[in-house]
Amino acid sequence: MGDIEAVKPFPDSEEMEISFGPQHPATHGVLRVMVKLDGERIVDAKPIIGYLHRGTEKIFERETYNGAIPHTDRMDYTAAATNNQGLVGAVERMMGITVPPRASYIRMILAELQRIASHIIWLGTHALDIGAQSPFFYTFEEREKILDLYEEYCGARLTLNAMRVGGQPYDLPEGWAARCKTFVDQFPARIAEWERLLTTNRIWKLRTVGVGVISAESAIEWGLTGPPLRGSGVNWDIRKVFPYDHYDEVEFEIPIGAHGDTYDRYLVRMEEMRQSVRIVQQCLARLPEGPVMAKVPKVIKPPKGEIYFSVEGPKGELGYYVVSDGGANPYRLHVRPSCFINLQALPEMVRGQLVADLIAVIGTLDIVLGEIDR
Amino acid sequence: MTEQDNPTAPAETPPQAPAAPKAPWEEKPVTPVLRDARDHALVKEIAAVLPGVVLEAVEFAGQVTATVACARIAEVCRTCKERLGYSFLVDLTAVDWQERPQGRFDVIYWMHRFSDSRRLRLKVNVADGVEVPSVTGVWKVANWMEREVFDMFGIYFSGHPNLERILTWEGFNGHPLRKDFPIEGIDTGAAVYPDVYPPGGGPVAGGEGE
Repeated sequence: MGDIEAVKPFPDSEEMEISFGPQHPATHGVLRVMVKLDGERIVDAKPIIGYLHRGTEKIFERETYNGAIPHTDRMDYTAAATNNQGLVGAVERMMGITVPPRASYIRMILAELQRIASHIIWLGTHALDIGAQSPFFYTFEEREKILDLYEEYCGARLTLNAMRVGGQPYDLPEGWAARCKTFVDQFPARIAEWERLLTTNRIWKLRTVGVGVISAESAIEWGLTGPPLRGSGVNWDIRKVFPYDHYDEVEFEIPIGAHGDTYDRYLVRMEEMRQSVRIVQQCLARLPEGPVMAKVPKVIKPPKGEIYFSVEGPKGELGYYVVSDGGANPYRLHVRPSCFINLQALPEMVRGQLVADLIAVIGTLDIVLGEIDR
Repeated sequence: MTEQDNPTAPAETPPQAPAAPKAPWEEKPVTPVLRDARDHALVKEIAAVLPGVVLEAVEFAGQVTATVACARIAEVCRTCKERLGYSFLVDLTAVDWQERPQGRFDVIYWMHRFSDSRRLRLKVNVADGVEVPSVTGVWKVANWMEREVFDMFGIYFSGHPNLERILTWEGFNGHPLRKDFPIEGIDTGAAVYPDVYPPGGGPVAGGEGE
């Protein structure tokens, strides 16, 4: 009976370690987070990753350059088009290939639709994690329309493999541009609908305002890119700073937040979807006639050298570092994964917050484990 | 071409086809060439604050790579961050040049500065088993990047707070991105069944680990 003495009536200083995930629906895949708790407060968190490691960078070394493109689809599988865009862009710059403008505009359309589709998944699942079920159903209806457009263009819905070194493998099918236009024209009304559900929703604001705050200096120190960096008020977008394709010819704004919290990152992503719509509309209006493939050698053999090329993926800066020894296979093909690096800041963002906020922060970082583990 | 530019041309004959240059995507691509970049402004900046630290500098496709001594990399990075404004480490990775005599690995640092949006690549040559000074004290983001390089290449970083495997599991034998690691994978039974596969024996290529 002496044990009763040992039981503290107020165990406020008892720290407990629990394993969150890897089988947990709110971890968006197979992420495991070891959390040290003091009651309901998070003292420290340690993400444990690697459950989905497939050795993609090793596989790249045995593939040809075009053969490596399908493997990039499977990294961030919610954003295959931007993954493709980064790899082909790197190899083209290495070889000095100029892409025909029509192909370049098609790439931009595919990439911006992909940004919308990726943000749709983020919004639906993030809201679902926090407790709002309805947005999930509304958002996925729109994503379906984008996937239909992809299917019509390249036959695949998720793993697109839709770009090649030197241009696009296919021209747009008959009537595709018109159907794409129909979709993007009606889409801003859908965003407004979702915002009516969330932006001023009291529960949504209670769960997101002031949660997972990271300052601009801290965000730069932790290497954050994409919406997590912009949510902290840093005006930074690869499409503006190092424009690729024809991003320097279209008009769009970079939304930035002010407080670096989950709510600001939500606002940034919502606005990014509107800006993507603007870009697609301008691309469709400007879409030039002409070939979609440049004259490229049958076997892609970049010269000896190394190059880093990055695109603004939906999750952040997605970079490809290609080292060539002059052969037909990449000597080394390294990916700078945006999710991997964004996830690293998780402990910084959740320390001192509640367990429930951990869910919100994982959602707001918009991670895809396929890209983190590669 | 307006009529004023070429008043003598008869109005009936249209301009000849060869006059129009081919579009750049129909031409044979002009590949970038590797150039010495010791005189590049970005390299000179480093040489000004840290004389003699840049061993070699090349430029390829508009990107500058400066090779520095391995032992001084942390010091160079700190100076780059604090005095030259490279506040953002974009990427850190390594390349295995298996047969190279002067150090097997290249460790690559790809830095960015916001003031003028310039990027610079630092490179160190490391022999197998030599420790590289960690830059986690300079940029926090380097933590996981260095862990990944350690996991994939077996390069040790001295001064890293928590240098353990990140993508493969603890107990995994080997470093997958080394060129001598078999591409078809290894028998991982050694890690799972240490009583069957004695420690130190290690996994063998093409063994029964399916």
